[in-house]
Amino acid sequence: MAHDDGDRHHHDHGSDLSEMQLRTRALETILLEKGYIDPASIDVLIETYEKKIGPRNGAQVVAKAWVDPTFRQWLFEDGTAAIGSLGFGGRSGNHLVALENTPAVHNMTVCTLCSCYPWAVLGLPPLWYKSAPYRSRAVADPRGVLADFGVTLPKDTEIRVWDSTAELRYLVVPMRPAGTDGWSEEKLAKLVTRDSMIGTGFPKNPGDAS
Amino acid sequence: MNGAADMGGMHGFGPVVPEPNEPVFHADWEKTSFALNMVTGVAKLWNLDAFRFKRESIPPAQYLNLSYYGLWTVTLEHMMLEYGIATPEELAAGHALAPVKKAARTVTAADMTDMVRCGSPYNRPVPAPALFKAGDKVRAKNMHPKTHTRLPRYARGHAGEVVRIVGCHVFPDANASNAGEDPHWLYTVRFDGRELWGADSDPTVRVCIEAWEPYLEPL
Repeated sequence: MAHDDGDRHHHDHGSDLSEMQLRTRALETILLEKGYIDPASIDVLIETYEKKIGPRNGAQVVAKAWVDPTFRQWLFEDGTAAIGSLGFGGRSGNHLVALENTPAVHNMTVCTLCSCYPWAVLGLPPLWYKSAPYRSRAVADPRGVLADFGVTLPKDTEIRVWDSTAELRYLVVPMRPAGTDGWSEEKLAKLVTRDSMIGTGFPKNPGDAS
Repeated sequence: MNGAADMGGMHGFGPVVPEPNEPVFHADWEKTSFALNMVTGVAKLWNLDAFRFKRESIPPAQYLNLSYYGLWTVTLEHMMLEYGIATPEELAAGHALAPVKKAARTVTAADMTDMVRCGSPYNRPVPAPALFKAGDKVRAKNMHPKTHTRLPRYARGHAGEVVRIVGCHVFPDANASNAGEDPHWLYTVRFDGRELWGADSDPTVRVCIEAWEPYLEPL
């Protein structure tokens, strides 16, 4: 971690410092000098969200829901407890809601007001999720947004868009791909993409499993 | 408030452009910006809703021109100034100036590990029976407070249906103004796409929001 911190500062040095680099560094320096924060508090957080918490967590949840009917029922009844049983929760995961995709209903999640996202199961959101194009269009033209991702749904599929206006965080549970009978949870989890858990994509095909 | 953050239904921003193999952060200063905002949250210098309100209060032209973490850094500057953590002279100098007023408490790595593991639940004890139940028809109020609200503009004035009682949660509209948590019932409310976007819009679209009881009126 000390190494990471050194690296972070090393890259900040030089004559090409951007305005935001300088302004961010000023805030960091002031907070450190005044004793509000310990440098290690920054390092541990960056390490956590860069390396430890990401979409693999959510993929485990989805794969379990695909193979275990009891877990699946629990997941849709009480997402926080069911997901918590796998060790995921806490920050941006205190109030989790799992959304079931079916042939009739496709769920898609957004935060039109900023960037609320289920960190505990997906990690930090990608840039597009936080961008104006996604936030402005997801609620009004979800099929158009899906087209940007190369995703087409049947014309009569209901599209249910969930806007994260409170502290609830959503995890879309996509439909299990055909041709995966008998697969283990571990193998199935490899098919679950981040975007399929946001609702802007599908799981990988069985043939694409690595 | 009706700020730049409330983007649902706006036109003109262009297509969504996903970045293949996107890294978690795009620059080292973004990591710092992210971490500082989390750490100051744990230091309880202010509450999350007050922070969000400050971010939304950035003038629209500036808000829309800032990168995501640029917005976080600028918001943090405003908060540190408003809450007396730094002076304008210190921000300009890039470090603390004498006489340095030391923090009462220092946030440690262990505090941050606890924050990641425990989070901060927003549900609270129930103050009164819920006014609505699943299946009730409701209308989102036509309201335009200049202060913080989580009722997006596109839903205001429109009719929907309560699909679930979530529980009793901290009311951000009050909390953001440091008026206490003022917990209220929170409901999932579903709107028909055509109710929100007009007769020409996609008939297969439904939009769900989480709405606190003061946002809703019975139909």
